Amino acid sequence: MTTLAVLEQRDGTLRKVSYEVVTAAARLGSVVDAVVCTAAGPEGCAGAIAERAKSGGYGAVVFAATATGKDLAARVAAKFGLGVAMDVTDLSVEGDTIIATRPVYAGKAMQKVRVLGKPAVISVRPGVFTASPGVQASLAKPESLSVASPGRVVVREIKAAPVGTLDVAEAQVIISGGRGLKEPANFKVLEELARAFGGRAAVGASRAVVDAGWRAHADQVGQTGKTVSPSLYIAVGISGAIQHLAGMRTSKVIVAINKDKDAPIFKVADYGVVGDLFEIVPKLTEEIRKLHG
Amino acid sequence: MKIAVCIKRVPDSETRVKIAADGKSIDEAGVKFVMNPYDEFAVEEALRRKEKAGTGEVAVFCLGPAAAQETIRTALATGADRGVLLQTDKIPHDPFEAAKIIAAELKGTNWDLILFGRMAIDDCNTQVGTLVAELLGLPCVTAVSHLDIDGTKGVAEREIEGGIEVVDFSLPAVLTTDKGLNEPRYPALKGIMAAKKKPLEVKTAQPGAGALEVVALTPPPERKEGKIVGEGAGAVGELVRLLREEAKVL
Repeated sequence: MTTLAVLEQRDGTLRKVSYEVVTAAARLGSVVDAVVCTAAGPEGCAGAIAERAKSGGYGAVVFAATATGKDLAARVAAKFGLGVAMDVTDLSVEGDTIIATRPVYAGKAMQKVRVLGKPAVISVRPGVFTASPGVQASLAKPESLSVASPGRVVVREIKAAPVGTLDVAEAQVIISGGRGLKEPANFKVLEELARAFGGRAAVGASRAVVDAGWRAHADQVGQTGKTVSPSLYIAVGISGAIQHLAGMRTSKVIVAINKDKDAPIFKVADYGVVGDLFEIVPKLTEEIRKLHG
Repeated sequence: MKIAVCIKRVPDSETRVKIAADGKSIDEAGVKFVMNPYDEFAVEEALRRKEKAGTGEVAVFCLGPAAAQETIRTALATGADRGVLLQTDKIPHDPFEAAKIIAAELKGTNWDLILFGRMAIDDCNTQVGTLVAELLGLPCVTAVSHLDIDGTKGVAEREIEGGIEVVDFSLPAVLTTDKGLNEPRYPALKGIMAAKKKPLEVKTAQPGAGALEVVALTPPPERKEGKIVGEGAGAVGELVRLLREEAKVL
């Protein structure tokens, strides 16, 4: 099967997830063509991608399940009269049928689906299909699609988040805070810990503190926020509501810091420390600084 | 302002998911169903737009089982004018099949806005709004967290990884709503009483099978039991050692 990988680029640089998209596409067939669309409108890009997919006769078109990728994938699929196998975490081929596994109920269950559309339109969750080293080199110059008109929806501007802040969906380390932080200003202890990881960590939040207006919704981890899979997830002052656990249970390693030893968060944590977070977190920050010093 | 809002009935986010005997769906026994949380932002935005315009209609559409009438009544209780249930016991696994039914129902009316939640928290398909927009040939902006409308010109903000995208579009349009767009209101007692008398039409829907076929639904991989490293700041040294030597994440 020949597959089409749709890459993502911002400010002239391919985003990390692009390599993962190619890695996922390679699971479906040995020949992967990679394209990127930099036009300022999803309608224009979707049209160009669909046309390329049609003329190339691809068996599958693979996107990243990012804000941009999910939006584009649905537009392209519709042009083929199909739906998207969205936010896929595992892919295989049985006979000539693609089988995709995707978390549903925000990760409380895994759904296995046969993707029967021609082409199969798929988006893959960032951080899951670890890119092999060869992939990066092979993508030095992806084909850039030309678009006549951006369409009726035009991206006027991208307001970048402040330099040094990392999106929770893409961070390797997430330090999340909940009501146990007591007040919004106390999140600075988590921000200091995040900084100690030297640009690899983001600060996340529970629904309770986002609903209370302490933190932005972009930082929320859980069923009505982001579903994340970092290498290390540190839950601080978070009791562990089911909807929160759903959003972070696929993290590689989970650490919980909570004063209540019976808190449900300890049930999913690999390592727990019981006690006052205002004593424990600064000490942890100090130790991490020493390691990265 | 003539606004259509498409909502879904889903298990509450606090639901403990149990797999049903068929191995492909969830066991619904004892499950509390609610309006999909992201759809609440769509309903609220529609109500505010109509209130601001001073005139218009907010119509609510739902593809779902008979019990979804209750979900529609919730939207009517907050102020929507009428509801339509596209009734089926089998919500299709292929979102394109759901989109076809909804698009066919919405077609032929000159809606200024068609709103959806950005994602249903059950099947997490994150696409029905976009598919409907494509079927109707309307512009679409997804995951809107801020919205300004002036006449037929709209400016929307949407969160992307590491930033916010500012998007220009024109009405009529399909928008999918994200958290942050507004603060949904609760139905007042008066609204709940009034909702009982508002029109709710029930139509039979017959979705096709589509091209996404569920083979199995399984519980997520179990996490192996963890350990309490210790109590207080004194345990941090051991925690860091374990993260380095055992978990190898530092």
